[in-house]
Amino acid sequence: MTYITKPKLTHPSLPQNALGMTRRAYEGALSTLCAGCGHDSVTAAIVEACWRLALEPQNLVKLSGIGCSSKTTAYFVSGAHGFNAVHGRMPSIATGANAANRRLAYIGISGDGDTLSIGLGQFCHAIRRNLDMLYLIENNGVYGLTKGQFSASADIGSRAKKGEVNRQPPIDPVLLALDLGATFVARGFSGDKQQLVPLIEAGLQHRGFALIDILSPCVTFNDHQGSTKSYAYTREHDEPAVQADFVPREAPILVEYAPGEAREIALHDGSRVVLRKAAEAYDPTDREAAGAAVKARMAAGEYLTGLIYLDPEGGSGEFHALNGTPQEPLNSLPFESLCPGSTGLQKVLGRYR
Amino acid sequence: MAACTPSRINDFTLKIATVNGTGSASANTLLMKAIFRSGVPVMGKNFFPSNIQGLPTWYEIRVSRDGHLARSGSIELMVALNPETYARDVREVAPGGYLLYDSTWPRPVLLARTDITVLGVPLAQLCNENFTGVRTRILMKNICYAGALAALLNLDLERMRELLTETYARKPQLIESNMKALKLGFEYARAHFACPLPFALEPMDRTAGHIMIDGNTAAALGCVFAGATVAAWYPITPSTSLMDAFKGFCERLRVDPQSGEKRFAFIQAEDELAAIGMVLGASWNGARAFTATSGPGISLMGEFLGLAYYAEVPAVLFDIQRVGPSTGMPTRTQQGDLLACAYASHGDTRQVCLYPANPAECFTLAVEAFDLAERLQTPVLVVSDLDIGMNDWMCPQFQWDDAYRPDRGKILGRAEIEKLEKFHRYLDPQGDGIPWRTLPGVHPKGAYFTRGSGHTQFGTYTEDSHDYQVVLDRLMKKWQTAKSRVPPALIEGPGCEVGLVSIGSSDSAVREALALLAADGIALDYLRVRAFPFGEEVERFLAEHRLVFVVEQNRDAQLRSLLTLETGVEKAKLRSLLHYSGLPVSSHFIVEGVQAELRGASGAARPSAVGV
Repeated sequence: MTYITKPKLTHPSLPQNALGMTRRAYEGALSTLCAGCGHDSVTAAIVEACWRLALEPQNLVKLSGIGCSSKTTAYFVSGAHGFNAVHGRMPSIATGANAANRRLAYIGISGDGDTLSIGLGQFCHAIRRNLDMLYLIENNGVYGLTKGQFSASADIGSRAKKGEVNRQPPIDPVLLALDLGATFVARGFSGDKQQLVPLIEAGLQHRGFALIDILSPCVTFNDHQGSTKSYAYTREHDEPAVQADFVPREAPILVEYAPGEAREIALHDGSRVVLRKAAEAYDPTDREAAGAAVKARMAAGEYLTGLIYLDPEGGSGEFHALNGTPQEPLNSLPFESLCPGSTGLQKVLGRYR
Repeated sequence: MAACTPSRINDFTLKIATVNGTGSASANTLLMKAIFRSGVPVMGKNFFPSNIQGLPTWYEIRVSRDGHLARSGSIELMVALNPETYARDVREVAPGGYLLYDSTWPRPVLLARTDITVLGVPLAQLCNENFTGVRTRILMKNICYAGALAALLNLDLERMRELLTETYARKPQLIESNMKALKLGFEYARAHFACPLPFALEPMDRTAGHIMIDGNTAAALGCVFAGATVAAWYPITPSTSLMDAFKGFCERLRVDPQSGEKRFAFIQAEDELAAIGMVLGASWNGARAFTATSGPGISLMGEFLGLAYYAEVPAVLFDIQRVGPSTGMPTRTQQGDLLACAYASHGDTRQVCLYPANPAECFTLAVEAFDLAERLQTPVLVVSDLDIGMNDWMCPQFQWDDAYRPDRGKILGRAEIEKLEKFHRYLDPQGDGIPWRTLPGVHPKGAYFTRGSGHTQFGTYTEDSHDYQVVLDRLMKKWQTAKSRVPPALIEGPGCEVGLVSIGSSDSAVREALALLAADGIALDYLRVRAFPFGEEVERFLAEHRLVFVVEQNRDAQLRSLLTLETGVEKAKLRSLLHYSGLPVSSHFIVEGVQAELRGASGAARPSAVGV
């Protein structure tokens, strides 16, 4: 059905956000991915999150690399500029774009091949720079567009569609991000929109680098028996760490949590993340403990999901904060404030005489 | 004994051979600056190793009353202070020339030549007797030879004091110790040799209105003046000093005195791939952004440069060429990236290149590069080299027109987008091949998808042959437009049937060679290419001349290849003079090459022979 132009009709009764916009206004082109692809659910979650946050579409910038995941930036918020970079190099485009205009919201969509193989270096350095962006990995353990090779996130023992068994250890983006000092680290599952949407909302509002690794099964090449990234396996081995709810700045407190049952973390813009305990006691502000919990679950063949780590003060080390750039975006500083003019030139050249 | 005739006043070359990491650079700069301040045109070239400490390094100072700023090809005075290179340094002195060495220890090898005058100055002994501390003694040895040279060359010690006072304004105790070392050398030379030498200095008035500056500093200054705000890079010799200079200028000129806010972002990337990616991201988002690199970086940036060409993202890149292939000789100069830059990236890709010939052009072309990149919505590669970038050149004082405002090209503003029914990124409404672009954050109707995959003129994804070709052909039309937008080639000459084409830093050697050849009865017209694509004037020059020499500094005749690929010139007409030793081409190499070809001198080196 991908040849059909997506109709732009909007039913008048559709709910509107604070900007008076419906969810339809946050959609993009029709997906060309396989029917049932996990990535389409992620796209839907992004649409929902952007709508709930009432983002001005033009104030969002969508960035991606190459691969199935990277195509999805075309499928949401058509009123936002998109940049489909080269394979594994989206973080550098994001860095430059963010340097030029710090006022916009940056969302990067990548895959496990794009991030953990060809783009591993750029991914790590974007984290080190604490770039203010939300980085989503649509992680399916497999190369889809080139038809089924293992990616660097494939687990040991996981079986490819044609029967081959992976013997190399996986690179886990969540552990990597924790090690490298990421200030917001989460893991989601494309099949759990309820968990994913608030994570995306909080990730977009977080100041600094926010990572959400999203298990997003490939229905064509990695959804069979023996795969550890299939829908069935993921559903069965998904262990939520904590349930995170996102509360926007303007929202009144509607839900009262019993003492001890919930914990609030304020984000830099005044919005809050409300954490409700899941099966076990879990402190997502303790980096060491978070890493240990992820590893423990991994050893048991399970995926720890939800908000894994959040440093509410993370924004203090954000790229622009460290650089000391003004609030006014660099791309709109008046030329007069940048060019020293003929008098300035003569002054500068004095030492070269 | 040509070197010693009185006609060599203010016309000689001095070469200083030392070991790197011993602090000779400050002594050499002091000498060169002092000559410059005497009003005598001077050139300084540093031949240094890719090493921190302990390897041979040379500094060549050419004094030229006629203002020739290239290597002449001969050395009249050698200061040989590196035992490792004595033998070759001695060999290099022109007959009748002089050699100064540290006579603290005997050097019998120096006696091998009888046609030069050997001057022994016990530099180490003088410094050991007068200074304490190992490091100080080593450093002062350099200043001491500068003092001896001041006596031999008739340099004013007070002028040197004036320079030391400026350099050590914050460390006044260093002024006196340096002066002491200068005087030690100066007085020793006065007492033991007939000073000054026959080819010494006499003050002139030929440097007024000039500065001594290196091309990387000049290019960085151009970036500041052009309003660049985002600089991303990965350290690589010999481009690093460009970025250091930009940062230095910005810290002086772009930091708000009250808030401390920095009106620039300076990002050290993880590699060259990321550096160019950051430049593209920033330019795409409306900032003026640039990077600087050298050959290996150009190879790495290839993929992104192709994306920028095809997706039409402005970018400014400085390639400070060094010796290739591969890692090559990182601290030596070459013009070996001409083809790699012109066609950087796979597929049908071509890149706009600018070729500065000296630091003055690094400054002006840096500014022009930003205007062109935004006007043409494509990368602009400023192809400089180590010789221009890292050596101090005498240039006319730079000028700035306060009426200048950046040409941001075809960018639609909010009000203009509002009026559109729909925005299409890759249409060509004005017929010049240049589409309109929009910036993020302005208007949702201006949103489009930037991609390196096949796209239609409306900006949508395509695998349709026709739609793909429409865009590719329109890019070619833009390329045609670029021909009349880029700086034209510079042409001069009396109108001869033989011409000479050159590029970049070869220019200064070519100019001197043309003067020498003219004096020898060989007149040539001269064209210096300043940009790629070539304009009509290049085509015409090639057509109008029977024979055209092409002077460039690489083995494979890359400029000649570009000329044959991009113009209708008959290949047989072009004669290459190729210099690729890693040292800047000298004027005599060109003179000999042209003479050999035109006079057919038997036994003369073929024009394509390697020079020194």
